[in-house]
Amino acid sequence: MTVEYWRWPEAGGVSTGVDGSKAAIITAGVDIGAISSKAAIICDGELVAYSIMRTDADSKASAQKAMDEALRAAGLQIGDIRYIVSTGYGRANASFASKTATEIACHARGAQYMYGPTVRTVLDMGGQDTKAIKCDQYGKVVAFIMNDKCASGTGRGIETFADMVCVPIQDIGAISLEVDEEPEPVSSTCITYANSMALQLMRRAPKNKVLAAYCFSIAWRDYILLQRLAHQSGDGSVEKDLAITGGLAKNTGIVSRIERELGFKALPAEKGDPQIAGAVGAAILAAEMVTSAKSQ
Amino acid sequence: MITAGVDVGAKTVKAVILKDNKIVASNIAPSDGFERKKAAEQLWDKVLEQAKLSPSDINSVIATGTGKFDVSFANNNVVEPVADVQAALWLFPSARTVIDIGAEQIRVVKFDQTGKVSNYTLNQQCGAGLGAFAESMARALGVTLDEMSRLARRSQKEISINAECGNYASLDVVTLIHNNTAKADIARAILDAIATKINATVNLTNIEKPIALIGGVARNAGIVKALKRRMGDNFLIPKDPELAGALGAALIGASETS
Repeated sequence: MTVEYWRWPEAGGVSTGVDGSKAAIITAGVDIGAISSKAAIICDGELVAYSIMRTDADSKASAQKAMDEALRAAGLQIGDIRYIVSTGYGRANASFASKTATEIACHARGAQYMYGPTVRTVLDMGGQDTKAIKCDQYGKVVAFIMNDKCASGTGRGIETFADMVCVPIQDIGAISLEVDEEPEPVSSTCITYANSMALQLMRRAPKNKVLAAYCFSIAWRDYILLQRLAHQSGDGSVEKDLAITGGLAKNTGIVSRIERELGFKALPAEKGDPQIAGAVGAAILAAEMVTSAKSQ
Repeated sequence: MITAGVDVGAKTVKAVILKDNKIVASNIAPSDGFERKKAAEQLWDKVLEQAKLSPSDINSVIATGTGKFDVSFANNNVVEPVADVQAALWLFPSARTVIDIGAEQIRVVKFDQTGKVSNYTLNQQCGAGLGAFAESMARALGVTLDEMSRLARRSQKEISINAECGNYASLDVVTLIHNNTAKADIARAILDAIATKINATVNLTNIEKPIALIGGVARNAGIVKALKRRMGDNFLIPKDPELAGALGAALIGASETS
């Protein structure tokens, strides 16, 4: 059995330990992304359960699987959920959802809930694209930039990288930090270039250095993205507090290097997993739909 | 005269033992990333055992591939295009161009009947990682490479995705998946894009037929079929295309020693 270094562990259904079965308002959000599908269940404002599953060729089934896993962890049935909002590339395929919302709106709301009300900038490092979002104190989007062209496929690319260097994908960040001296980054233009350059670097540098150079290049590109957002929408300085979301937010090698370039730390996620911010935001929006419908 | 070739590639290590111009043993194993030095040594032990030979029986070991300097037991090394040409001529004496499609590189080399290289194109950067890209797309579909190749056969519809850039192509695939496109059609689109990229690289080179096709990716029936659709039917493909680099290195060893 060959080791699959690229395969990050699916979270399946995770319970936060909060019992939501007697809640007045139970809502859910699903985020059907390029590489992962996430679901989150919120009961009276508390995150009760979530799931992180791999998206495969069947978008509908991926959405269903994510929802089922979260329901199982929450000890609830689909009928218990009052309102479901879906987001992500596959949002139209969550047949059980009542409404769709953009990932941008969902990540901003989700990040504020998970990381704290002081969040004003969100960096979402996803499987296929990266987004830098500016939000206000209500979690409403003020500005955003998406890096999908030449910076696309970072999550996908790092899976390929893990497969090539034969390092478990979830260990890449930690190993990249085991350097005394930071090497030069490999190309930041494109993840394919970065993979190719990393292969050449393997001839003359040990594992920790190659991984460091690789993580640095990703961090650098995302730092530049944040700067561009800051210049476009404000005075040029990245507005604190910063929340980093998405699967790649769990790579400490990338996150700590972004923090180093910015000169300040990002907030840690107080609730849930960084990868579920979109799903959480969708669940929050769903709750707002219920409340505003009630008040009418 | 017994020589050996060891080809340390981005994903796999290959070894071939040549005795009096006949292949007596060959094998392939994962390169294992940073452990490729050990992977090469372990593979070497394996092929020696296969051939029932000891290291002292071997006149010369020649290394090639991106990890050629990690072959601790090599006597010398050669660059990949040289190994490719030697193998192509030995396998197919009429061949005048060789296309080597690996995990990370595509090489197109034009040569004459003596093996002298007259033209050479290497696809790096935007064309890098074709084998790796194929595997990545198979993962996106939740299937193996072989399954993806078989799936493509069932395709009813031809869909065009970006063939310039793996990242753009990847995004196209994501869109197709979430538009509930038939898996077989997506599989075919991926193979077609790969074939288009290979064809584009070949078109950069002034080639001469017949063309030999080697490298691990040449083993993928779906990609070869897609390539033939674009470039016509005349490809010379050996039984074990991924071993060609190691074979070529072993042949260099034989010609150097004699």
